Amino acid sequence: MGVGIEVKDLNAWFGKAQVLKEINIKVGANAVTAVIGPSGCGKSTFIRCLNRMHETNPEARLTGSVQVGDIDVYKPGTDAVDVRRRIGMVFQKPNPFPTMSIYDNVSAGLRLNGYNKRRELDVAVEHSLRMAALWDEVKDVLKKKSGASLSGGQQQRLCIARALAVQPELLLMDEPCSALDPISTGKIEELIFQLKAQYTVVIVTHNMQQAARVADHTGFFLMGKLIEYDKTEKIFTTPSDKRTEDYITGRFG
Amino acid sequence: MPSLSRPLSFVRRLTNVCFIGLSGLAALLVLAPLGAIFGYLVYKGIGSINVAFLTHTPRPVGEPGGGMANAIVGSMVLLGLGSMIGVPLGIGSGIYMAEFGGGRYVNFVRFTADVLNGVPSIVVGIAVYALVVLPQQHFSALSGGVALGIMMIPTIARTTEEMLLMVPNTIREAALGLGIPQWRATLQVTLRTASKGVITGAMLAFARVAGETAPLLFTAFGNQYWSLKPNQPIAALPIQIFAYAISPFDEWHRQAWAGALILIVLIVVAVAAVRVVTSRGSMANNA
Repeated sequence: MGVGIEVKDLNAWFGKAQVLKEINIKVGANAVTAVIGPSGCGKSTFIRCLNRMHETNPEARLTGSVQVGDIDVYKPGTDAVDVRRRIGMVFQKPNPFPTMSIYDNVSAGLRLNGYNKRRELDVAVEHSLRMAALWDEVKDVLKKKSGASLSGGQQQRLCIARALAVQPELLLMDEPCSALDPISTGKIEELIFQLKAQYTVVIVTHNMQQAARVADHTGFFLMGKLIEYDKTEKIFTTPSDKRTEDYITGRFG
Repeated sequence: MPSLSRPLSFVRRLTNVCFIGLSGLAALLVLAPLGAIFGYLVYKGIGSINVAFLTHTPRPVGEPGGGMANAIVGSMVLLGLGSMIGVPLGIGSGIYMAEFGGGRYVNFVRFTADVLNGVPSIVVGIAVYALVVLPQQHFSALSGGVALGIMMIPTIARTTEEMLLMVPNTIREAALGLGIPQWRATLQVTLRTASKGVITGAMLAFARVAGETAPLLFTAFGNQYWSLKPNQPIAALPIQIFAYAISPFDEWHRQAWAGALILIVLIVVAVAAVRVVTSRGSMANNA
């Protein structure tokens, strides 16, 4: 089942540049939350702070607290590797492992965490690929074709399957459709809609129509600050902040 | 305004033909020496290769027959020892430079590797003589392996580094994002993605040291008899070829040619075998 998220007083920096300022937000379980805002507003950094990918940049620094389900993400003693295992992430550009077969890609998270019971891996791979709506397209070439041989849209669904295979409690998606054509985008949006039955999903998107289509709640970021966070419908029809209204009506950004 | 759509002039067509011709000629000139060397070796050496040559040890001067079995096996042992030292150290330091790099220490390591690459092989031989042979009090296969291993390190380290740097960062992020521990992500995802180039680097280093004579002169030393003991002098093809080639005996000259041919075949077979074995299970080719 999905879990809720609670972020308190989150500040993040790259070197001396502060990219997130005093973010406070509560995200409900089993819902899709969209994060929108102009380029460079900190929305990608925000979701990378949720699973401790932010700190993989040597310049990165951060203060504040993040609670995801029962994980206190930044409590001293919390293992970043463990956090990332429990919080899945799908990136902007499809990034399958090029030297691995489709099967090995999907099972990578399990295998490389020392899990190698064949039959259970088989089950996990099929289940994840079905969830990602890719099974029918690849079931005959699972071990014959490389992950990199698929089309862009298929690759991104493969990456989603790979993230789902480790059974995360939360799924983060960083502009997962920005490199895809409208048909592939449609498939992934449909998938996100179905995933929310079992997962909490946070999706960063540049595309406001996409946020309106898939998200229950939407947060608007501007220059490192969370300007407004509300039900998606409210954000797109009657936003309470002038800056949100300017952005969604296309006056800037 | 000048028009770009005029028909190709005669001069341009001529330039085009000349350029393609010249680059083709250059490519041919690269192939020619290799073909010539191999052809000449086959011509001179094939006649002396027989079962005895491959299975017997050298006979004293004047006695016909005998072979280089001990040198063939000795070279394999030396190259095996060298690879056991050079490959892990080279790949390890390459990983360090590429993945955990940044800072002065890494620049220093990189600089050292480049300098080591330029150190003449005979100097490596003398250094190993001083560091391993003198304390041990005698020449040994082990010291020969150390000398070859040291010579392999810089090539492997630098190619490993270059190849790892070519792996896009998105691949590392994908692995870390799955909750894979850093060391496993580096070894089983990043290094694996770069494995083709890393293996090519290791093979280049292997082929390069396979023919080295100078560093073996005061380390492995050579041996007229069978010996596989790591702490005893061991025969090696390059040393044997050298000794036979400068001798005044025709029979030995012929055997030197045969030895040289065997050495080249050995390198080609080893490189090809590693390629075949390592390309299995990798998906890089049917992407």
